[in-house]
Amino acid sequence: MTTNEIIDPANLVYTKTKVMNDTPMHYCPGCSHGVVHKLIAEVIEEMDFQEKTIGIAPVGCAVFAYKYLDIDWQQAAHGRAPALATAIKRLLPDRLVFTYQGDGDLAAIGTAETIHAANRGENITIIFINNGIYGMTGGQMAPTTLEGMKSATTPNGRNIALNGYPLNITKLLAELPGTCYVTRHSVHTVANVRKAKKAIRKAFENSMEGKGTSVVEIVSTCNSGWKLSPVASNDWMVENMFPAYPLGDLKNE
Amino acid sequence: MKEEIIIAGFGGQGVLSMGKILAYSGLMQGQEVSWMPSYGPEQRGGTANVTVILSDERISSPVLNTYDTAIVLNQPSLERFESKVKPGGTLIFDGNGFHKFPTRTDINIYRIDATEYAFANNAAKTMNMIILGGLLKVRPIVQVANVLKGLKKSLPDRHHHLIPMNEKAIQTGMELIQKVN
Amino acid sequence: MNDSKKHTVKEVRLMKGNEAIAHAAVRCGCDGYFGYPITPQSEIMETLMELEPWNTTGMVVLQAESETASINMVYGAAGCGKKSMTSSSSPGISLMQEGISYIACAELPCVIVNVMRGGPGLGTIQPSQADYYQSVKGGGHGDYKLITLAPASVQEMADYTVLAFELAFKYSTPSLILADGVIGQMMEKVILPPFQPRMTEAEIREKCPWATLGKTADRKPNIITSLCLQAEQMEAINLRLQKKYRDIEDNEVLFEEFSCEDAEYIIIAFGTTARVCQKAVEMARVEGIKAGLLRPITLFPFPTTAISNYADRIKAMLTVEMSAGQMVDDVRLAVNGRIPVEFYGRLGGIVPSPDEVLKALKDKIVIK
Ligand SMILES: Cc1ncc(C[n+]2csc(CCOP(=O)(O)OP(=O)(O)O)c2C)c(N)n1
Ligand code: SF4
Ligand SMILES: [Mg+2]
Repeated sequence: MTTNEIIDPANLVYTKTKVMNDTPMHYCPGCSHGVVHKLIAEVIEEMDFQEKTIGIAPVGCAVFAYKYLDIDWQQAAHGRAPALATAIKRLLPDRLVFTYQGDGDLAAIGTAETIHAANRGENITIIFINNGIYGMTGGQMAPTTLEGMKSATTPNGRNIALNGYPLNITKLLAELPGTCYVTRHSVHTVANVRKAKKAIRKAFENSMEGKGTSVVEIVSTCNSGWKLSPVASNDWMVENMFPAYPLGDLKNE
Repeated sequence: MKEEIIIAGFGGQGVLSMGKILAYSGLMQGQEVSWMPSYGPEQRGGTANVTVILSDERISSPVLNTYDTAIVLNQPSLERFESKVKPGGTLIFDGNGFHKFPTRTDINIYRIDATEYAFANNAAKTMNMIILGGLLKVRPIVQVANVLKGLKKSLPDRHHHLIPMNEKAIQTGMELIQKVN
Repeated sequence: MNDSKKHTVKEVRLMKGNEAIAHAAVRCGCDGYFGYPITPQSEIMETLMELEPWNTTGMVVLQAESETASINMVYGAAGCGKKSMTSSSSPGISLMQEGISYIACAELPCVIVNVMRGGPGLGTIQPSQADYYQSVKGGGHGDYKLITLAPASVQEMADYTVLAFELAFKYSTPSLILADGVIGQMMEKVILPPFQPRMTEAEIREKCPWATLGKTADRKPNIITSLCLQAEQMEAINLRLQKKYRDIEDNEVLFEEFSCEDAEYIIIAFGTTARVCQKAVEMARVEGIKAGLLRPITLFPFPTTAISNYADRIKAMLTVEMSAGQMVDDVRLAVNGRIPVEFYGRLGGIVPSPDEVLKALKDKIVIK
């Protein structure tokens, strides 16, 4: 094939969703954040919701999520995204409102906001990127950091006696009567990416049907924070993160 | 004596650690030193730089806008810092990946192809020491003996066996560096 | 080398300002550190975690789930008479303000470190001094003050950690170390303070009779609170606090002067900016301009008298800050209109260069 044939629209086999713009992403190569952004953008396009969606960006590596998806966004203070989402959804009930949060944002500094929003059954979707670490600030311990896992603030590995147990917050959220759909996925293989996308779609539909809070956790990698190559990070995640955070639905009502 | 240096390149080229070794060397010879890195996500995939000052007297500003010596290891750093070298000062660059070269005529310009050498000789780990060697050839601001002492002090014991390899890299750098103008 | 010599030889080390704070805290007998990661000060907790002081001095180091939690952990520890501290950077310090106000009202000693970054909002992670108002004019609610120390070198990061605890316990009030990203991230030579044992419980009971260490038979229950529903009583508490702040103003002012003896123009600057201005003063002197530098070390208590005295002797002052102009208000109050006080600042995370300061000095005051 010649270059001209390749770029001929008639031969197009794949194109990026229009909800995503051309801004180059700041994420490290191999980072899960970018893939999840794309899935959200595709679902928004497929649901034809670009004009009806308000995203809440966290503080964390995804703080700039608002640069990449052409929808309305609010950028919350660290951990407070569910509080903003609550108010927005209540004031604009026919809009799709979702938060996009890391483990530090959702399960440490914002635990209270997360639990109370979910417990009130706010009709929002929480997309939860669990990479077991604070990516943005340089790889410190997160609430979801595994036992024995090294980080900048657990240089000898997370020690339960010192740092407590990894927090399975998603399981906790599934216990709350306010949640309708709590599910855990990953984006390290094509099959998993497809499943994750279906879950995001279902969560968004729930939000619009007023069923309560939906939580989609994506068990993710942070190759920079983990100090592994992208490929080795995926292997490490399968071997270590999945046993602690098993994939699948925790609740589907 | 006072030497104000900027070292700039991609994150991962050992820019910050080269600065650290220089600072430790200054410490070993009883000088006042300051080491001020660019920090934060600026380094993530982008450029990193560090300002190192060695001086016989108390150092006032650790942040500068002109330098006696600039060591630039990538194109953006050359573009940013060439104009900031004081007239009569020194600019050292590693030509790997450059498509535009320094043009000033009122400073001393040197080229050291450390990246190329390191690739060819499987010496990526000591690339920054090769460049440091080049610097010390043209600006002997610290003695090699003090560099080695500084390494010993800054490296954990388990890495002390690497010191001879680093010494060799310094020698290599002294041979590789060439005056351009 | 015999043992006594080992202890007298002071080892010069090279480290970052943030690291120096961590080492100094362990060495001065700190009991507890509680914090939450934020750039540009995360190395404080990271260093503590590497030092593992719980194995040596018994100091507790805990990564909290937020700054709200951190400051309230400090509150609890301080209420037990323990030497406790937290550190953060601007947004995190904002989040702590409610807790700081409680601690000041409850008259508890503790140390808070703010390694400032550019705001407002999430802002930038680059160095700034725009939290001056927040630090010395309240920050949280109510009429309270924080003893505020502004280090300008890595050595001072270590030294003022020790001093901040001393002053906090001397006056039973929180001390703040107000640094910025440059001093936190920069490496310089430092001689660490000597080791000091942690206070024993008996020592705490003696020095801090109010501490909640468990009621003994010989005393009434100790209650740590900042709540007082009777306005008359609350006024009395306020008056007691104000008296304490006047004592601090009378006794604890610290500042440093550089080339001020024969100066006609004086620059007022603190922290990193003072270092930049010192270089500008050196450059001005080479050009024959009689410039000097006065660096407030304590921002509260502010060196009002020293600045006021210069107002009768010199032609003009220039205040330089990494902000839109905050400390300059206090300089103007001290000068009270006697001479011109001009301002030069950079905002949002930019450190002014010595050249810029020299130019501002010439343009704004020398040429005028
Ligand atoms: C009040 C406050 N405290 C601390 C920070 C610093 N901070 C920024 S991001 C972050 C952690 C992010 O971790 P996570 O939520 O897991 O996201 P990731 O970067 O891993 O995607 C922290 C502690 C802040 N911005 N604001
Ligand atoms: S630091 Fe980690 S989470 Fe952040 S962009 Fe890089 S890989 Fe992703
Ligand atoms: Mg994370």
